[in-house]
Amino acid sequence: MSGETRVDLKKLKPYGDIMGDGTVQLCFTLPVEPSPEAREAAVQLVQKMGFDPVKVATMEKAADGFALFVIYGNTKFSLDFTKIKVLKIEAKKRSREVIDEIIRTQIGRKLIVLGACTGYDAHTVGIDAIMNMKGFAGDYGLERYKGLDARNLGAQVLNDDLLKLAVQEKADVILVSKVVSQHGIHIKDMKTLVERATKMGLRDKMIFVAGGPRVTHPMALECGFDAGFGVGTKPSEVASFILEEYLNRQAQSQAKTKKRK
Amino acid sequence: MAHLDLDPKIIARCRELAKKTASPIEKMIQTHSTVAIERATLRLLGVNGAVLQKGGGGNQTFPEANLIVDKMMQTQSIENGVLHGFVNGMIQKKMPAPELSRAVATGKIDLNTLPRISDTELRLKAKELCQKASEHLLSQREQRDSIRKEVGDSFSVHREQGPLLYVIVATGNIYDDVIQARAAAQVGADAIAVIRSTAQSLLDYVPHGATTEGFGGTYATQENFKIMRAALDEESRKLGRYIRLTNYCSGLCMPEIAALGAMERLDFLLNDAMYGILFRDINMKRTLIDQHFSRLIIALSRIVIHTGEDNYLTTADAIENGHQVLASQFINECFALHAHMKEDLMGLGHAQEMNPEHPNVFLLEIARAQMTRDIFPNAPIKFMPPTRYKCGDIFYSHLMDAMFNFVGVLTGQSIQLLGMATEAMHTPLLQDRWMSIKNAKYIFNGARDLGKDISFKPNGIIQEWSKKVLKDTLEHLEMIERKGLFKAIEERAFAEVKRTETGGKGHDGVFLKGPNYINPFSDLL
Repeated sequence: MSGETRVDLKKLKPYGDIMGDGTVQLCFTLPVEPSPEAREAAVQLVQKMGFDPVKVATMEKAADGFALFVIYGNTKFSLDFTKIKVLKIEAKKRSREVIDEIIRTQIGRKLIVLGACTGYDAHTVGIDAIMNMKGFAGDYGLERYKGLDARNLGAQVLNDDLLKLAVQEKADVILVSKVVSQHGIHIKDMKTLVERATKMGLRDKMIFVAGGPRVTHPMALECGFDAGFGVGTKPSEVASFILEEYLNRQAQSQAKTKKRK
Repeated sequence: MAHLDLDPKIIARCRELAKKTASPIEKMIQTHSTVAIERATLRLLGVNGAVLQKGGGGNQTFPEANLIVDKMMQTQSIENGVLHGFVNGMIQKKMPAPELSRAVATGKIDLNTLPRISDTELRLKAKELCQKASEHLLSQREQRDSIRKEVGDSFSVHREQGPLLYVIVATGNIYDDVIQARAAAQVGADAIAVIRSTAQSLLDYVPHGATTEGFGGTYATQENFKIMRAALDEESRKLGRYIRLTNYCSGLCMPEIAALGAMERLDFLLNDAMYGILFRDINMKRTLIDQHFSRLIIALSRIVIHTGEDNYLTTADAIENGHQVLASQFINECFALHAHMKEDLMGLGHAQEMNPEHPNVFLLEIARAQMTRDIFPNAPIKFMPPTRYKCGDIFYSHLMDAMFNFVGVLTGQSIQLLGMATEAMHTPLLQDRWMSIKNAKYIFNGARDLGKDISFKPNGIIQEWSKKVLKDTLEHLEMIERKGLFKAIEERAFAEVKRTETGGKGHDGVFLKGPNYINPFSDLL
């Protein structure tokens, strides 16, 4: 035993109480009655997942024909943490009050945000969580922001209609929520939106943001968006990004104007 | 039971103000109907088929009730009610309702071009048909009562063993929902709500048939109601305990869902006089007219409604806005009474949604829950779990639910929607529900008679908070009464949401009743 208690970032493993123990807690059900066979099946399944040893903390009857397990296992896998790279949204996180204040003092007008579930997507839970007053996880939605004129267009808004409205309303930001992802429909819809926007000369005039359970930031960038947010995103994170992106663009265009002068 | 020292004079004054507020709206309700009410009327007469529609995304069915009413809207022949044309058609063509509706929906018969019988004859026949339909609802109600009696049913406003254990299923597939519902019942759930597919409330028709694909829930259809009720009947018999079924009687099809729910023996319906206006941006008039008709059906079928005030607290701050909930409960009560509902059918809703980090938050939550109990002593109060401050930390979330269960049993709530540790992550998995039910059973059992064994300290934090909320409620109701309900909603009286009288969805489906309007259900229900 080396007695080593410092983390080895080259071989990162889950930690319980001894560095490198690889302890993981698992909870799942198997669609069979609890029985010694069910317990053995759970152990073997968890071993197949790469855990050893495996300790069954409990096997319970969760319903007729369903056994529930709480299991602790020690994983044999480790990872080189120094090699991990993630493409991230770099915007500084700000509170609603701060964002409103910056918009008031530095922009001097409300930013117009149009949000929608596009295509045939009728699943508004994501766009509602971000846009509606209520917000998400105690974080108020964009409608609550004094500095934003946020309008939730709801479900099944076609790309063309969204862009038409964006022109008419002089939108600063387009928020697109994509939940349905069968056959990659979300990617197709997102790409089409940006293509149409580019043709209409809107791509650089507006900020394009996507969100949804299958949306990631790198994937959104690939579709031509400015940012992508996944599950669990809070409205203030989206607002923070919008603000920073807007200010960056404002600074860039001011710099250009100065040069010309 | 420990009670609060609330001034009965203030409570009485609140009820009086709610009544005054509702009064002009009740007049408006009497003189108007909506496309949804007309469709519900057809459905009660047995028009529950759907026809295949070409175009769109492949083969889609569309309800006959919609096709018939839409046609009448287009030809401006709706003002005297759908029965005017439809019953005339039944007489002229000597066809029963389902046969005629199929023929009209497929374009084989045009109701507008048929010869007309006299209004007297028409009214007689319409009354006879509606009479038969309400008798059917009564027989469905009796059948439900007899199953409850057969298997045993402990539900009451003040249940000895604590609140009713109520959980949701939401797989999107009715057959998977059945598996989840049975599993929940087996470990102790007393009531199952099948969550609807997102945005169904905005569909101006009720989808048809058994459905296996939904988003965040399962479509409310007559067939899905039937499938789930049959499974729960079977499970009730197996367990020797009646399991209730809930669905959503809200949105643009509120009256139709009430009709279908009544026909398929549902026990609970989420039904609120104002929810659609505030949270679904459905037109005010449409919502208020629709809720009345839906509640007439609900009253006859003795379905317990759940009102939606819990939602206010997810939008507006729960500590600051408790009075909005209470004010809305008074208004909901008033509209329910107007639709002949008895107090024991009014599952007035509220929720435990205060910031968990607020000092003494449980004292404030106890005050709110207890005052709801004390102000509506004969109503089966529905208590909703924390959602707003939940995130992925399932362990903390489970603890929040435990405290919610504690407040529920302590204050004698009637129906407890159990919180899920995975709230805000996914629709509940089998194990989430199992864990949640175990949590509730443990606490309801362990603290069963605590409420009877304590009293609230005079002038203590709990008593004072409840007095403050009641006082705020009185002021809020005074303001609403002074401005009128429409204007008050326009000025964000509830949930900090602003709506306008002619704005919102479904306004074009509201119409003024013509001089010869016929709908015998208004008297029969």
